Amino acid sequence: MGSPTVDEIVKAGTPLLDRRPSSFKRKAAPYGLAAPAALYLGIFFLIPIGYMAYTSLWSGFLGAYSFTWNFANYRYGLETYGDIFIRSIVYAGIVTVLALVLAYPVAYWIAFYGGRRKNVYLFLLLLPFFVSFIIRTVQWQFLLADNGIILGTLKDLGVMPESYRVLGTTTAVIAGITYNFLPFTALPLYVSLERIDKRLVEAGKDLYASKATTFRKVVWPLSLPGVFAAFLLTFVPSVGDYVNASILGGPGNTMIGNVIQTEFLTNFNYPVASAMSFLLIGALLIGATIYARVLGTEDVTSGAIRT
Amino acid sequence: MSAVAASDRVIDLAAEGPAPKPRSQKRWTRFILPTYSALFILYLIVPIVVMIVFSFNTPAGRFNIRWEHASLDAWRNLFFEPQLTDSLILTLEVAFTATIVATILGTFLGIALGRYRFRGSGAMNFVIFLAIASPEIVLGSSLLTMYVNARVPQGFLTILLAHVMFGISFVAITVRARVAGMDRSLEEAAGDLGANPRTTFFKVTLPLIMPGVIAGALLAFALSIDDFVISNFVAGPKLTFPLWVYGATRQGLPPQVNVMGTILFAFGLLIVAAQIIGSRVKESQDRRLMERPRIVAVGLGEAAAPPGE
Repeated sequence: MGSPTVDEIVKAGTPLLDRRPSSFKRKAAPYGLAAPAALYLGIFFLIPIGYMAYTSLWSGFLGAYSFTWNFANYRYGLETYGDIFIRSIVYAGIVTVLALVLAYPVAYWIAFYGGRRKNVYLFLLLLPFFVSFIIRTVQWQFLLADNGIILGTLKDLGVMPESYRVLGTTTAVIAGITYNFLPFTALPLYVSLERIDKRLVEAGKDLYASKATTFRKVVWPLSLPGVFAAFLLTFVPSVGDYVNASILGGPGNTMIGNVIQTEFLTNFNYPVASAMSFLLIGALLIGATIYARVLGTEDVTSGAIRT
Repeated sequence: MSAVAASDRVIDLAAEGPAPKPRSQKRWTRFILPTYSALFILYLIVPIVVMIVFSFNTPAGRFNIRWEHASLDAWRNLFFEPQLTDSLILTLEVAFTATIVATILGTFLGIALGRYRFRGSGAMNFVIFLAIASPEIVLGSSLLTMYVNARVPQGFLTILLAHVMFGISFVAITVRARVAGMDRSLEEAAGDLGANPRTTFFKVTLPLIMPGVIAGALLAFALSIDDFVISNFVAGPKLTFPLWVYGATRQGLPPQVNVMGTILFAFGLLIVAAQIIGSRVKESQDRRLMERPRIVAVGLGEAAAPPGE
């Protein structure tokens, strides 16, 4: 059978081409698909942030608030809660470093040595998500209670002084936040490590690089996008967290989240609460922009991963 | 593995200079990483184990802290507190409704972003990225200020609207990841065989992206059931399950909370098991269906990928 000539192919293809949607339809398709969700995110994510900025410039008292470009709310918030703001950033910084150091080896092990069971290990990492994080935090509260299973038993055995406690300390709060965000640290690390072409590691070995050198010169630089992603997904939510501080901490460990929650839901001091919350998202926006910039220059590395 | 072994042999053949490291040392250090990883996973699971074990406890006081003796009291008398029962029902109602709406909206958005480059797609990616990276407290408090400004009474609807909002982003990224990795020639083939766009979508595109859709829906459902912070701000007088638990912590939690947590946990595991078994059956049709945990992981990873990548 002779192969068809170009003319025959074109002739056969013409009616089919006609059946394709018009170029207008094809151009409109992505907009039609994206519009409902885009509209929804606009109304329930972007506009509320606008409302928050607006509310943060109110003055007056409950029941008689009015918009007056009252920037004093920001000054008041920072003067009153500045130290708590800084404390939250310091806590979140410690949490992030701890989580990165703890999670990196595990992500590395699953990505490089997970073999056929990779998905099982990943599933185990996701397991905490199947239990409400409030319940998980409360379980830690019970575990670490002054007379709970751990401390109570040790005290009964006389190994630990009666007055020793973990709850209400900075350690408890930082440990709690770290625990809660570990999967969010581990997953992006895993994704970037898994993308690394294993042949690059072998090449390092073939070229007589020691394991440490191969890691330092090949694996670590290529995993940096994952490290940044993990940093962002851990640091940002930790700064705003107030559940751990209120369940595991004491009066000396309140975080900015506790302040925002109390001002909003207990004191109904909407202007100051909005100002604090807006500062938080402002810090996030700056961080996210820097992050995008840094990763923009990192594109060379991520390109190397894929090819 | 075999490739590594092969390269070992090459080194052995070429090894004239430095003597190979003693094998015994290698063998000993080999166990460090697996052991550490096992401990890490154990640490993640500790509170879950405690929750399940203490659901069988019969606490002496109001605090379910010390082990007294085993019984099924809490399991038998599960719905002893009407408020707690109501909160659980509310949580499930919100989660089911929010998941359905978020999955539909998020899937379309994910297809648009995974497939096309269009005016505003970069901005859209950035908005999703922000919605996922934002601290929940900002999402919750900003929604509250909008509701306060618009004088919307808070309750079921305001919780639902909020849960759909964060669900959309997560569905969109898992679907986007799946669509981006999809072989487009299959759709083109369908078009060439005379299928109209609608048929192509339902018969080719949708089945192919289904793992991403299901992973996203599961994620949205899990996040909705779990959500405390955002609900805390927008629930008004209503109490979801996490809100009830949080409110009760000061007076001490009844073991029934452990039971409900255990049931929700088992329920989640069952859904995943059903998914895996279902995909095993269809494995011959599409091997990639097995990759669901990976899709979730990649989705989360991509969530933090540089916007507009």
